[in-house]
Amino acid sequence: MKFDVFIIGVGGQGIGMLSELLMRAIDYSGQRCVGVDTHGLAQRGGVVSSHIRIGEAFSPMVVPGEVDLVLALERHEAARGINFLKKGGTLVYYDTSWQPLPVRLGKEKEISNEEIERFSLENDVKVYRIRYKLPDVRMQNMALLANVVKNKLIPSLNFNHCLKAMEDLMTGDILKINQEFFLKTVNE
Amino acid sequence: MKKIGDILVQEGPFSEIVIGNTAIVRGMIESGVKVVTSYPGSPTPEIAEATKSIPEEKRPFYFEFSTNEKVALEVAFGASINGNTSCVFFKSVGMNVVADSFVQLSMMELTGGMVVVIGDDPGANSSQNEQDNRHYARLSYTPVFEPKDAQEVYGMFLKAVEYSRELRSPVILRLTTHTAHFKQKVNFGKYIPKESYAEFAPEENGPYIPIGSNVAVMKRRALEKLKIWEKISERFVFFHNSKNDRGVITAGLPYLSLLEVLKENINRVDILRLGIIYPLPRNSIIKFLKEHKEVKILEELDDFLEEKIKSIAYEEGIRTKIHGKLDVEDWIGEYTPLKVGNIIAKTWPDLVQNAKEAPRSLRTVSRPPQLCPGCGHRPVFYVLSKLLSRHDISVADIGCHTLGFLEPYKIGQVLLSMGHSTGTASGLSLFNSSRKVVALLGDSTFFHAGLPGIINAVYNDHDFTLIIMENGTTAMTGHQDHPGKRIRIRKLLEAMEIKNIWEVDTYNSNLEKTVEESLNTRGFSVVIAKHPCMLKFTRERRKKGIIKVPQMKVTEKCTLANVCIAKFACPAFQTDNEGKVFVQTDLCIGDGSCRGVCPSGALQFEKAMKAGDKK
Repeated sequence: MKFDVFIIGVGGQGIGMLSELLMRAIDYSGQRCVGVDTHGLAQRGGVVSSHIRIGEAFSPMVVPGEVDLVLALERHEAARGINFLKKGGTLVYYDTSWQPLPVRLGKEKEISNEEIERFSLENDVKVYRIRYKLPDVRMQNMALLANVVKNKLIPSLNFNHCLKAMEDLMTGDILKINQEFFLKTVNE
Repeated sequence: MKKIGDILVQEGPFSEIVIGNTAIVRGMIESGVKVVTSYPGSPTPEIAEATKSIPEEKRPFYFEFSTNEKVALEVAFGASINGNTSCVFFKSVGMNVVADSFVQLSMMELTGGMVVVIGDDPGANSSQNEQDNRHYARLSYTPVFEPKDAQEVYGMFLKAVEYSRELRSPVILRLTTHTAHFKQKVNFGKYIPKESYAEFAPEENGPYIPIGSNVAVMKRRALEKLKIWEKISERFVFFHNSKNDRGVITAGLPYLSLLEVLKENINRVDILRLGIIYPLPRNSIIKFLKEHKEVKILEELDDFLEEKIKSIAYEEGIRTKIHGKLDVEDWIGEYTPLKVGNIIAKTWPDLVQNAKEAPRSLRTVSRPPQLCPGCGHRPVFYVLSKLLSRHDISVADIGCHTLGFLEPYKIGQVLLSMGHSTGTASGLSLFNSSRKVVALLGDSTFFHAGLPGIINAVYNDHDFTLIIMENGTTAMTGHQDHPGKRIRIRKLLEAMEIKNIWEVDTYNSNLEKTVEESLNTRGFSVVIAKHPCMLKFTRERRKKGIIKVPQMKVTEKCTLANVCIAKFACPAFQTDNEGKVFVQTDLCIGDGSCRGVCPSGALQFEKAMKAGDKK
């Protein structure tokens, strides 16, 4: 068995944390996984991505067109991410727009939800578009994680694995707020 | 919460999910490394992060960020010849900075042992080139380990220390961006603290002065050690053998990419993977060549292995068909599974099908990196883009401020390396009386390599303006401290007898006037344009529990002049479907640096909100 997850977003959205949580949760679920984050100019508003490969994988990097699940933290990045999916794959994206410079300068049009929807219908992609009222924008990643678990999008992964992973990486109030929001969202 | 600092110093054995860089730190601890030095640079700074996560009183080795890579290497060298095992780590192009001292290392008896960890960057993810540092190994007679994943990064580090101590020889552990960041569950061994000893004994272990007749003595020593390293390299060969006619010789991460793309054809080709890529395991290579009719050399970047393997085949009279690099594209970029698939398909299309472009793909919009909201560099670029004519010249340097070269500012037209800007600007100002020349320089780079160029500009009386972008940290690589914490830049400049020095906070309304004055001053002048790194500031603010702050809003006074978007270009300003400007509340940090730029005064702070309020 092999299952590929590709996470994509904009620097500053907490992609590193989401990826670290997922890898630890997958490990708690008893599955082998390897992965890699892109760093470099990550924090300067550029594209950040993270690869997670579960099961029989060699390279830490996914092959475009063969990914099972794409998690995108932003709408323009959802468009970039959807092109990594295999036929029949799944996209979960947080519906916020951090307009890239060409959009802000009026050189290109903003990516719309309709464009993503149309493309997914034509290409046999299942899409979950999510948006929440959050106490802190930095919790957009947690909303994605909760939706992965709620919709059982990663084989054998359940909420307990995620709670344990959170305990590995967070403490105090931050742990409490995130676990509460995560559980509430999973059970909604 | 798991604290990585505590995990790394526990007795063990244990296993933990970590990246290659973090695994190295456990390697340092287990193997008894005593002195570790560095200058920050991607893809290696997480080695320092993991090191610093260990409280100093529990950390069994000394660590410092040195002024630059060369100084870091020299500190590690000094420690090693005094009997203390040392390690220095830096990024790919750091190799050029250390080169002057590095090339001497193999001639020295490094009694404590010394590991040089380099982070090469195929694909230039965060570097100004993708130079292949394996060439330095041949130049300097220094052996190189090349791991394929995080587990092996750790394992090879231990071996590197062991052999380095035994042979009193420097050794390179060569990471690439994605072995440094390779994340997996790594199995670690036991940590047993050992007593260290220290003894610099030049009479016994020298000579250490490479002058005159000593040079030949020392060089012979290095070459003799290299012969021993060749034998060691035979212990780090890994075979996949199914008695095929075709074979691949490879190393490092491209090996995993190869396995990935071969899929069900994995048993139709044999593989020899090299764990030490300099000096080569000659006997294993001869045997592998003889056993196969065709051999493909699969190596990222340059044809380093290919040239040597072909010469071995020639010397041995082996007639095996050797496939090396076929075209320019084979020399460029990271060997991801996609890339390796395309490379193998060019030689053996029956094994791997050339990856086709996705038949249909969704439109994407490019997202160039940019300065963070509130960045103190932004007002400087905004002001410069107003003051400089199209005719004038701006010289970029390395750091966050390099991003000024992008739209919409386009400040910074030429870039070589760390600290080059003052030298290059000096040259540009010669035989040039009509075009203004401005050089930019970051504060960490000022100390790293900027000083010689500045002293030169003073001494030789060059005519240009230097703007030092002081944000108080080494921001681009993750906010490491630099000497500016103790040494004031202004005082240094004054000591150099520079007459025209201005110091200004970049949020201050007189920034424009100050920069203009300096541009209109003949001779060498310096503006210290300061503002603390706001990314660092907002992170520290969040740690204090401050999440919601008053943000900016665009009031009804907005006349759509578009200055905030098209000229100041803070990413928090966006436009809606009707072309109206609004503030993206995910992004605005409430810094207010934009207030003065709106010609109609439409940018104002919203009222203060309490945590949890609706936006």
